[in-house]
Amino acid sequence: MCGIVGLFLKDPKLESQLGTLLADMLITMTDRGPDSAGIAIYSAPQKGRAKITVQSSHPEVDFKTLDEDLKNAIGTPVRMLIKSTHAVLEVPVAQMEAARSALTHLRPNVKVMSAGESIEIFKEVGLPRDVARRFDVAKMTGTHGIGHTRMATESAVTTMGAHPFSTGSDQCLVHNGSLSNHNGVRRELKRLGMTFETENDTEVGAAFISHKLQTGESLGNALEATLTDLDGFFTFVVGTKNGFGVVRDPIACKPAVMAETDDYVAFGSEYRALVGLPGIENARVWEPEPATVYFWER
Amino acid sequence: MQTFDLGAQGLRALNSALHALKGQTNMTEWEVINPKGSHAIAAGVDAALDITVRGSTGYYCAGMNKLATIRIKGSAGPGVAENMMSGSVIIDGDASQYAGATGRGGLLVIKGNASSRCGISMKGIEIVVHGNIGHMSAFMAQSGTMVVLGDAGDALGDSLYEARLFVRGSVKSLGADCIEKEMRPEHLALLADLLKRGEADTKAKPSEFRRYGSARTLYSFNIDNASSY
Repeated sequence: MCGIVGLFLKDPKLESQLGTLLADMLITMTDRGPDSAGIAIYSAPQKGRAKITVQSSHPEVDFKTLDEDLKNAIGTPVRMLIKSTHAVLEVPVAQMEAARSALTHLRPNVKVMSAGESIEIFKEVGLPRDVARRFDVAKMTGTHGIGHTRMATESAVTTMGAHPFSTGSDQCLVHNGSLSNHNGVRRELKRLGMTFETENDTEVGAAFISHKLQTGESLGNALEATLTDLDGFFTFVVGTKNGFGVVRDPIACKPAVMAETDDYVAFGSEYRALVGLPGIENARVWEPEPATVYFWER
Repeated sequence: MQTFDLGAQGLRALNSALHALKGQTNMTEWEVINPKGSHAIAAGVDAALDITVRGSTGYYCAGMNKLATIRIKGSAGPGVAENMMSGSVIIDGDASQYAGATGRGGLLVIKGNASSRCGISMKGIEIVVHGNIGHMSAFMAQSGTMVVLGDAGDALGDSLYEARLFVRGSVKSLGADCIEKEMRPEHLALLADLLKRGEADTKAKPSEFRRYGSARTLYSFNIDNASSY
């Protein structure tokens, strides 16, 4: 099963409600997957600033003086916002990579959930309602966001096995389905220099798209390539700094419904997830076609 | 007419109220409001009722329907009218995957498009789709009739038995053992009747359709195919 929701806002007026809308959509999908839940939120980048979202199973130990320690390591002030097991570290864009590599020495047990100018990812084991409350998702604002509630099939129920997966700067992917050739694709991607945190099939899908984007492919082409190179069942929803994409495998047995108005594009594993959106009564609602790439960019 | 607010009263209350009417024959009118994509709305009804659902439905609406007329004033999620026995289900919007799957009888009318696997393993149901149908529709369809005013996706009627398929538009590809067949007068008559009952007689004429059916080459084991198993 698994439940996916996504919202890409066209009307800035709704940006203050992004977190509320997305959290409600995700909670509606709880019975599609109660193992773990996660959310990626994209907000307008602040000039010259980047955000690294990290996670720790011992936040009280790991996050203590983390901002100070990181500042000493990279030589510029770091702003830290702690939310439960996650912390968002704000650093200058130019020092994002330096900060990431310093983190591996300073706090080897801390995991990087996402890094980029606009993305923040929060994910944990537990029900969507609890995860949303824990990270105060309803208060988040932004331009687009993706949520996922997981029923694990291919790998363990852990924080790192939860979706969204981020394998590139400002990129994320969520997945409903299971990939059958992920070991082979992972091997090839490792050879090409991609790194992996888990044995999870979805992370391979995410890294596959990130690798295409790294080599200069457009989001549309990167999604198109999943149809030829990935084998298995998938409905993917993908986020980039300014884009939002959807693709389903040619068999398309993993459900998907989309809605578009002048104000937004929305995705739900089921129509139930969309019923609370403003103006849904008059939205164009459709089922995305199999083996067809949909994407929007601002 | 009875109005049932699904948002306030809940699914279980609706379905037990409908199930309690088993055997009723007077086509009592029911209206279900606030469906909001809920699952299994009016599933397992076994009474001559006239039920209108005002909005879109989730999985398995009108599943196993017997005798009732169920109208969906919106779109339907996966498995609408799955295993219908008799009666009719009329959808104003689109239907998601496997609409009318394994249906044994009754009439399913979809005024929009149906997605993949429409009528999969159908066993006697009649299906009229005003728009298009997706891939793998009528897969292993055993009996019954499917009429499509628009186009059909890939692998139509794969491993078909004796169901009759009529498509007015293009067929992206035919599945294994599904072939085009000649239209005879009895097929035109059957189409005329079904278009009328499917509220599509003003949209299409029987002569505009092509008929597809089983080539019957997969019915018996052929030793030459042994290596394929």
